Amino acid sequence: MSLFGRPKYSKIFIKKKDIPQGLWEKCKNCQEIIHKRQLEENLLTCPKCNFLYPISAAARIASLVDEGTFVEINGELRSSDPLKFVDSKPYSQRQESSIKSTGLNDAIITGWGTIKSIETALGVMDFSFMGGSMGSVVGEKVTRLVEFGIKREMPVVVISASGGARMQESTLSLMQMAKTSAAIGRLREKNLPYISILTNPTTGGTTASFASLGDVIIAEPKALIGFAGPRVIQQTIKQDLPDGFQKSEFLLEHGLVDMIVDRKDMRDTLHFILSFLISGRPAKKNENVGSQSAKRGSRNNGSGTVEELAMARSIN
Amino acid sequence: MRRKDTKNKPKSIMEMGFDFEKPILELQTKIAELKEFSEANKIDMSSEIDSLEEKLKERKGEVYQNLTPWQRIQIARHPARPYTLDYISRIMDEFKELHGDRRFADDKAIVAGMAKLDGQNVMVIGHQKGRDVKERTYRRFGMPNPEGYRKALRIMKLAERFNVPIITFVDTPGAYPGVGAEERGQAEAIAVNLEEMSLLKVPVIVVVIGEGGSGGALGIGVGNRVLILEYAYYSVISPEGCAAILWKSGAEAPRAADALKLTGKDLLKLGVVDDIIPEPAGGAHNDTEAMAKTLKATLLNELKRFKSMSPEEIVTSRYEKFRNLGVYVG
Repeated sequence: MSLFGRPKYSKIFIKKKDIPQGLWEKCKNCQEIIHKRQLEENLLTCPKCNFLYPISAAARIASLVDEGTFVEINGELRSSDPLKFVDSKPYSQRQESSIKSTGLNDAIITGWGTIKSIETALGVMDFSFMGGSMGSVVGEKVTRLVEFGIKREMPVVVISASGGARMQESTLSLMQMAKTSAAIGRLREKNLPYISILTNPTTGGTTASFASLGDVIIAEPKALIGFAGPRVIQQTIKQDLPDGFQKSEFLLEHGLVDMIVDRKDMRDTLHFILSFLISGRPAKKNENVGSQSAKRGSRNNGSGTVEELAMARSIN
Repeated sequence: MRRKDTKNKPKSIMEMGFDFEKPILELQTKIAELKEFSEANKIDMSSEIDSLEEKLKERKGEVYQNLTPWQRIQIARHPARPYTLDYISRIMDEFKELHGDRRFADDKAIVAGMAKLDGQNVMVIGHQKGRDVKERTYRRFGMPNPEGYRKALRIMKLAERFNVPIITFVDTPGAYPGVGAEERGQAEAIAVNLEEMSLLKVPVIVVVIGEGGSGGALGIGVGNRVLILEYAYYSVISPEGCAAILWKSGAEAPRAADALKLTGKDLLKLGVVDDIIPEPAGGAHNDTEAMAKTLKATLLNELKRFKSMSPEEIVTSRYEKFRNLGVYVG
């Protein structure tokens, strides 16, 4: 009888701590259990429901550029806490702990590399560094990236993931909006393409400056993109917000982005757009891209009008 | 009897009732009572009244010199504070308002138009708040929709084509956070203004006259010169919003106001503004005429700076001004 009395299913009790940490992941969206390696190979996209997990700037860059071609520029820039800002914690402490946990000096990596052989100036924001907020450093690095693109006649691509301007640098953060937008104005005058890619989330001062100025604007699926945060809007209008409000699909519907592209298709899409836009440009004059003069000593040398006029003339 | 007296007092003080104005209010009440008493009883008390009035002047000076950033914000938001149209009507000889963005609507939170300043042509653009409940709603509390920024840009481009200098008055709690605003691209409207304003070939003079509320302020704030009235403020976020996020309590707004370094003096140090325009004793709302006079003189002086500058110099110097903002190491 013992044969029949045996329970049909044997239960194995595993204490939580027995599972090797981080080997499996339950999808936050569809609850599917996914092997972490599979998730990583899939660019942190759930293979079942296509839910997008936050991806680090470094992993994003690796997914876009030709292997081994990325050269970082201005990586050493750091905030110096100009306001000596203290809330419940000092800004300097928040900054230190972010540097420690992310291995980054601030919320963006900038540099250049090739995307299927097209030389591209590329900036990628990292939300895990203080919510991807834009202070003096992010503003300066985006501006220098754009100036680098102008100098080297490269298209510029910036991938945003940001809560907006960094409060701890107050008006200095706010002014980065004007600074970065002005730089893009100069890039546009040179007819160099600027592609902006919006990822979850892109809000506030980042959306209201360089992120919204792309010649082509691409969004990742279901990303939150907007100026004011949904909670602020709800508190203001005291009404429920429409379904899908401020999501990529909503922005596409309202004519605010050109297309929604899956993470795994981003490299191909970028290559298509970049090659489409630059194919009509005259050949480059200064073919010294391989040299390491990327790091600029002083930040005012790139803005000389004489040099730019010369460049403009040479194009004509 | 007393009620009758309060009617004669400066309206703004009564409306205000800010804690820091109590000593001033007390003195004013005392003076009024003394005057009334001396009149009623036909006793000459002019020496006492004079000394009290002297004291009142001193007190006003003291109180207004030692305001905390949070108190300054209350003044910047004061319901009696002069708004853009109050200045335009006092400063400009003529003003023809222009309406609409030619795409969707005419935003009432931004006014713009052609004006004559001491005979000179200027294009004036400014945030506009409302005075009473009805007008406040009509002006959307000075919080523009995307159409406001697009109207402003359209008119700035017009000024550029016909070589007319631009003056903007900044006074907004921020761009309007609404469903329609998001649907019509609030962020894009502001971003485009930032880019386009940096390329304008005519001088742009920006005056923060009240609230400099974040991107909503900057959207018409990219100027060759950025000036601020003494008790106005300019910040990346409202102190209330900042406190709610960083301190998890809106009640910490006064502390946030300190930390955000949003007063004229702080902004001058950071290079965000180029100059502070002094206000009359007790703030612009206590003497709008005097404030308008100072503002007019300042604007005329500022315009002179650009007389000998070429369009290229105007663009380059504006670019460099914003290019150099930011503090970092490495």
